[in-house]
Amino acid sequence: MDIKGKAYKFGSDIDTDLIIPARYLNTTEPEELAKYCMQDIDETFTEKINQGDIIVAGKNFGCGSSREHAPIAIKAAGISCVIAKSYARIFYRNSFNIGLPILESKEASDNIEEGDHIAVDFSKGIIRNITKNEEYKADKFPDFIQNIIKYDGLVGYVKNKLNQGAKNDI
Amino acid sequence: MGMTMTQKIIANHCGKTSVEVGEFVEMNLDIVLGNDITTPVAINEFNKMGAEEVYDKEKIVIVLDHFTPNKDIKSAQQCKISREFAKEKEIVNFFDVGQMGIEHALLPEKGLVVAGDTVIGADSHTCTYGALGAFSTGVGSTDMAGGMALGTTWIKVPSALKINITGKKKPFVSGKDLILHLIGKIGVDGALYKSIEFTGEGIKELSMDDRFAISNMAVEAGGKNGIFPVDDKTINYMEERKIKEWKIFQADEDAVYDQVIDINLNELEPTVACPSSPENTKPIDEIKDIYIDQVVIGSCTNGRIEDMRAAGQILKNRKVDPGVRTIIIPATQEIYKQCIKEGLLEIFIDAGAVVSTPTCGPCLGGHMGILAAGEKAVTTTNRNFIGRMGHKESEVYLASPAVAAASAVTGKIENPNNLK
Repeated sequence: MDIKGKAYKFGSDIDTDLIIPARYLNTTEPEELAKYCMQDIDETFTEKINQGDIIVAGKNFGCGSSREHAPIAIKAAGISCVIAKSYARIFYRNSFNIGLPILESKEASDNIEEGDHIAVDFSKGIIRNITKNEEYKADKFPDFIQNIIKYDGLVGYVKNKLNQGAKNDI
Repeated sequence: MGMTMTQKIIANHCGKTSVEVGEFVEMNLDIVLGNDITTPVAINEFNKMGAEEVYDKEKIVIVLDHFTPNKDIKSAQQCKISREFAKEKEIVNFFDVGQMGIEHALLPEKGLVVAGDTVIGADSHTCTYGALGAFSTGVGSTDMAGGMALGTTWIKVPSALKINITGKKKPFVSGKDLILHLIGKIGVDGALYKSIEFTGEGIKELSMDDRFAISNMAVEAGGKNGIFPVDDKTINYMEERKIKEWKIFQADEDAVYDQVIDINLNELEPTVACPSSPENTKPIDEIKDIYIDQVVIGSCTNGRIEDMRAAGQILKNRKVDPGVRTIIIPATQEIYKQCIKEGLLEIFIDAGAVVSTPTCGPCLGGHMGILAAGEKAVTTTNRNFIGRMGHKESEVYLASPAVAAASAVTGKIENPNNLK
């Protein structure tokens, strides 16, 4: 299993203002942003989570603003993975781009309860609920997205393209 | 199989004669946009990519509009990073305090975006330019960085919802009411990953400023973009600001849509989105006795000249309720000047409102009108999430400029038709 952690549950339509309120966007420092992650929905969130824990949410996670500070804050807070029924499209792109693992699974979202111990095998797309002894399947990402993951996100992908371009010029 | 308007623009920008729903393509970009919050993050990633120059100095647009004029030292530092980058990379379209306006009002006004363009912006409301018949969508900072480096971005070709508009607007009904009504109908993820294509004979009833407000909030329904066909109104708007050529795309007759939704303007009432979701909409007459502490008229949704005129029409020879702090923010310098010429600023000030220089400030709870615990506001902005305009126990009601101004006068959420 790639990651193991305790599940923290949230509902549907969790917006980026809840993930990181705009009043903290006057910095780009991940550690600073992490302090305020989920503050307006759960003031104690950053105190109670441990490194490697997992966010489990309903549909349309990360709706609202384009702020990349949102997945950055989640990742820097120590969350190892987000599991949701669906994601708002900008949050979806941002997560791959910055290397925050996200999974889509209606089954996992419906069955996992707050505090359950969860393990994720990314290569197989398997989410294991250790507490309940259940297994859920995550939706497979399109090949194009997997290619970006292979480059460790968009930075590596673009870097490779720029290098190729330079080669083509010669 | 026929293509939607959006699909045709995408195909045109990736050198294909046709594209299919779900296909991933690399699309050429006519404009890459960022603001003072998202650009500093993009600059970091741009440098990590090993890019030395931007792909085209004239096609990058950076607007310092969110926490400006600098609200605190940290914001000042962020703006400085963007300013220095713009100077070093010789970005032609860099807009600082004095020239800047709220980005999505500014770019169309300057003629920087026209019909047929492809635009990505590290700001979710980049979808605004669909009003001009362009394909534009919001992305994050790393995507902005990739766009600046390559001049391309990846896009999954979207399917579409068709919104068929008919009829004529009643008094005090605007584009804002239409888009709030639609979001209420389909929900905040009703158009997730999809295009929203507006069409129908009712479109001719909608001004450009109506259309900007409508396209602007496509993202509030989860949409990738919200686009209008190009007509005489679009062409007149672009002619007045022409600095580059445009290209007109039309959806094929046999284009395929996931769903067709009819909106009859005759039946549309002034509409309000109640806390704390843009989908929580009600016709105004269903809202009773909600007393308010603040009104904000402005933002990338409703800070344009027609919005100012709508507020002016209500506030002329009236006073705002002394218990309602009324903040009016023309979205750009040009709009601000036009307000002066038309006597609107005098009307606003005489009514007891304050008028601010262009800024996104209060919309996202940044500055220039933050709410305390328990306070309520009626605003013409685009989001009413928990904590959006300040304290997490404050509440935001989204409405049109006419409704916001009428509410400022009576001190509670008010149908402008009820003012004596």
